[in-house]
Amino acid sequence: MHIEKDLVAAMATPLVLGILADGESYGYAIAKRVRELSDGKLEWTDGMLYPLLHRLERQGYVSATWGTASSGRRRKHYALSDAGHRALAEHRRQWAVADSVLGRVWGPPSLRLAVTGSPVNEGAGA
Amino acid sequence: MTTTELDSDIARWRGYLERRTTIAPDDVAEMEDHLREQIGELSEGGLSESEAFLVAITRLGSVDEISREFAREHTERMWKQLALTPAASPEEGGRRRGELGVVLALAVGSAAAVKAGFLLLGETRLALTMGLLIAPFLGAYFAWKRRVGLRPIVICAAILVVAAVILSAYPFPNPTDTAVLSVIHAPIVLWLVIGVMYVGGAWRSARRRMDFIRFTGEFIVYYALLALGGGVLVGLTVGSFNAVGIDLENVIVDWVLPIAMPGAALIAAWLVEAKQNVVENIAPVLTRVFTPLTILMLLALLGAYVTVHGGPADSERTLLIVMDLILVLVLGLVLYAISARSPAAPAGLIDWLQLVLVVAALVVDVLMLVAMLTRIAEFGTSPNKIAALGVNLVLLVNLAGSAWLSLAFLRGRRTPQALESWQTNYLPVYGIWAAAVVIALPPIFGFA
Repeated sequence: MHIEKDLVAAMATPLVLGILADGESYGYAIAKRVRELSDGKLEWTDGMLYPLLHRLERQGYVSATWGTASSGRRRKHYALSDAGHRALAEHRRQWAVADSVLGRVWGPPSLRLAVTGSPVNEGAGA
Repeated sequence: MTTTELDSDIARWRGYLERRTTIAPDDVAEMEDHLREQIGELSEGGLSESEAFLVAITRLGSVDEISREFAREHTERMWKQLALTPAASPEEGGRRRGELGVVLALAVGSAAAVKAGFLLLGETRLALTMGLLIAPFLGAYFAWKRRVGLRPIVICAAILVVAAVILSAYPFPNPTDTAVLSVIHAPIVLWLVIGVMYVGGAWRSARRRMDFIRFTGEFIVYYALLALGGGVLVGLTVGSFNAVGIDLENVIVDWVLPIAMPGAALIAAWLVEAKQNVVENIAPVLTRVFTPLTILMLLALLGAYVTVHGGPADSERTLLIVMDLILVLVLGLVLYAISARSPAAPAGLIDWLQLVLVVAALVVDVLMLVAMLTRIAEFGTSPNKIAALGVNLVLLVNLAGSAWLSLAFLRGRRTPQALESWQTNYLPVYGIWAAAVVIALPPIFGFA
């Protein structure tokens, strides 16, 4: 399944905030976690993570510290701030609304399954 | 592939990233760590090092795209290169090459306008309209460079026309106080009009406004350098011609000054556009040097003020004017510091010093307000007092907001971003106040 670029972009912020809510982390580990969580379904370029992390840092949602990895290389660690927790909660509320609106349009899960199999839905699965 | 081969591959990739002005060395280090860890993991999974390198680099994404994304996030870095995409397109390159020609043409146009002003206008009128003889050309440069849309251009042109009508039609009998106030305040309005062109018409964008503040700081540095160099050159020329018995003073006053002043303005603007990387390193240095020095000066001044005058009531008029200038200087330093600050840097000594500076300036400002209100209560109003009072109020609100937000940042409650938005949102206030002084004060006080 391919997920559209815009949708991935919209998910990126809450996704990264959510991963950091589990504890502080660094770029590569976050990217790896995203890949695990999405089973590779999200088309995600790792490099884009860094400008995003920098934006979250500027907005005060995450704080960053430079440390040294076990390999001896310098590594930047990111941790969620209080403002970040609040932003994450806000994102969750918004996604819950989006989810419930779409759910109402598409009907309860049993109906949705029926629709998926019908020709009415053609095109949406492309 | 051996490890050294891998290292040289990574070094090449790093060099490729480092050439992008929008990606800072720290960011490169961060991504290199990512790349190496990814390669390590892929190698453990059975790939050869060269295969792992290719897969890792593909997953990281195209350097162009990453660089563009960094540019979007760090406009303060993008500001260095201005064009989002590398200047590979031939059209863009042609524009660059043609740029110096456009700048020189506009400089000549502005010089001709100023020279005509020198010939046709009286001294007072010339001083009033001097900005109008330069600002349209600077604005036109940015309108051309940023390909500004028609609407902002029309609005800005309309403002210039209104300013021209007011500044040339108000019947000042001679250099009265209100005329001098207009001379001081009109350039502020004109500068903001240039700013609208500078930001490409996107004057609502806080980040573009910040770019304009940066531009202003760098422009002042470049203009001062050009003026200094020009002054030395003129001095040497006059001196050497004097030595052989030729007096050049009239040539200098009649020709060199009217041509050099507007010419230097356009060249300075062009230099800031073209050479941002060079001077950008000066702004933080200037801030670091002058913040503590200005604090010392303000404290000394406060001490002298209280001991010598025994209170603000009998303050001299000149002292009040000088103090106003000092407050403007402090505001300039604060803006400089903000523009030079790396958004992600943690709070440091310089941020504390800046808070001390702002608080000291606030104390000075309040003392002056008291002094001025006392003078107004005692002697009645005058154009100078109203103008000074207004400047003080405008600065007081700004400094109070800055102090509050600096403190909140130092205590970890707010990001430096909040202070930045406060300053960028405040920009129009200066314009509105300056416009009010130019438009309303002269008629109210009968052009006295």
